[in-house]
Amino acid sequence: MNENQRIRWILKPLVFVACLVPFVWLVRNGIWGELGANPVETLSRYTGDWTLRFLLITLAVTPLRRLTGWQGLQRLRRMLGLFAFFYACLHVTTYLWLDQFFSPGAIAEDVLERPYITVGFASFLMLIPLAVTSTRAMIRRLGGRRWQRLHRLVYLIACGGVLHFLWLVKSDLAQPLMYAFVLALLLGYRLVGAMRKMPAHGNTSPG
Amino acid sequence: MLLIKQKPDIKEADITDESLYRQRRRFLQAAAVAAAGLAAPGLLASPFAMAGEKLTGVNTGRYVLDEKPTPYKDVTGYNNFYEFSTNKQAVARLAEDFKTRPWKIAVEGEVAKPAIYEFDDLLKPHKLEERVYRLRCVEAWSMVVPWVGIPLADVIKRLQPTSRAKYVRFVTLHDPEQMPGQRPGLLGSGLDWPYVEGLRMDEAMNPLTLLGVGLYGEVMPKQNGAPVRLVVPWKYGFKSIKSIVKIQFLETQPKTTWNLAAQQEYGFYANVNPNVDHPRWSQKRERRIGEDSLFSPKRETLMFNGYAEQVAHLYAGMDLKKHY
Repeated sequence: MNENQRIRWILKPLVFVACLVPFVWLVRNGIWGELGANPVETLSRYTGDWTLRFLLITLAVTPLRRLTGWQGLQRLRRMLGLFAFFYACLHVTTYLWLDQFFSPGAIAEDVLERPYITVGFASFLMLIPLAVTSTRAMIRRLGGRRWQRLHRLVYLIACGGVLHFLWLVKSDLAQPLMYAFVLALLLGYRLVGAMRKMPAHGNTSPG
Repeated sequence: MLLIKQKPDIKEADITDESLYRQRRRFLQAAAVAAAGLAAPGLLASPFAMAGEKLTGVNTGRYVLDEKPTPYKDVTGYNNFYEFSTNKQAVARLAEDFKTRPWKIAVEGEVAKPAIYEFDDLLKPHKLEERVYRLRCVEAWSMVVPWVGIPLADVIKRLQPTSRAKYVRFVTLHDPEQMPGQRPGLLGSGLDWPYVEGLRMDEAMNPLTLLGVGLYGEVMPKQNGAPVRLVVPWKYGFKSIKSIVKIQFLETQPKTTWNLAAQQEYGFYANVNPNVDHPRWSQKRERRIGEDSLFSPKRETLMFNGYAEQVAHLYAGMDLKKHY
């Protein structure tokens, strides 16, 4: 088995199963009725947390690949990103169904008037085209350049996700600030990289 | 199980759950003890024992809500008590070793005899009442709690505030050793401690306002604000300050903790009002803890949490959008 095959047949399935663990935990506790006194709040917080975690894990792939020099990591990125989308879907479904019971009035009011929901909802909507264009065929159809430009939206989405959390809490800022800190590291790494690159390529034209 | 619907307008199938059953048993026991106590008052056990112990000599009070009480495990397992944790389900565990005896309460300000009282000296002269109230949290969830307490008005009358007393200010214990939520963390400890709340004098004197010393017929569990807390059922839960160590009578409106933390979000009055939203979320509906299933829609929130008849007159002519 060469490295390519090891990644394909061993690493990827293992990571796939690991990414499903939070979901399995949720289903298990749901069936056993162990989601606490306020199950909708638990579901909402839990799926939101995992969406943010997977967004940050996905954003960590490139820096980790550069730091370790191991290119194999890149092969996990799409799957991790799609898991972020998966947990975001659960999160949004919890909101639309269990929290608002698909009441158009209440949802519209929330999305239009409550900044944390506006930002969260917009971030989710931006995730959709990224998920749709994640296949090899779509990358080919769009062309690498355009595809990459589109997928830079993930920076905005991650910022939106963290802001959504920050604006939602009452006074316990510790958790959202932790996410903000990790996100700042991950984006800062890219910024520094981009600034170093610029003079080396002699590229001074506006991008 | 025998199920009798007496009236067509009974909404919930009144299947008695275990906690309700236990509560009724306790009530009957309490009634029996109270009856015995009437015959021989000297035999009554101290109604102010340690958390978890059964309270005796409790009268069924006015204002017993005809709604299903929230299960005991949820009332005592889902607590907003930031002094211990912002995680509502962690508070019970973190409060386990909280010392609620001896407990002193300072009475200060515009009052005949300012003094520091021992818990028993301040509260023991008064009769205990059981009151079943709705509790509406500003976070849009609600419970129905069978409290045991003393009308605050009874205590205030005994303390004899002066004519200058227009407001009552309450302060929670500040003890970071015992209350991990008060310890300064990397990002501060969230709120400015100690926790402070206040009521206008007429609100404090309203017959609904209770000094809670127990629930479900038991001495107040620590996670619910032992040994004594405020219960103001027509206001959002954060007004009902817990573990009180100071009661101050003031001429001017006191500054209160959540109001100081976010003035535009938490007002001094904080009356439950479905028509005035919190700036970040709707207050029109609420989720009833322990009763509503995952798939039941939220219920409508009632003006003054359903106590308009008792309290609406306190706010006549006030713009409640401004005085939220």
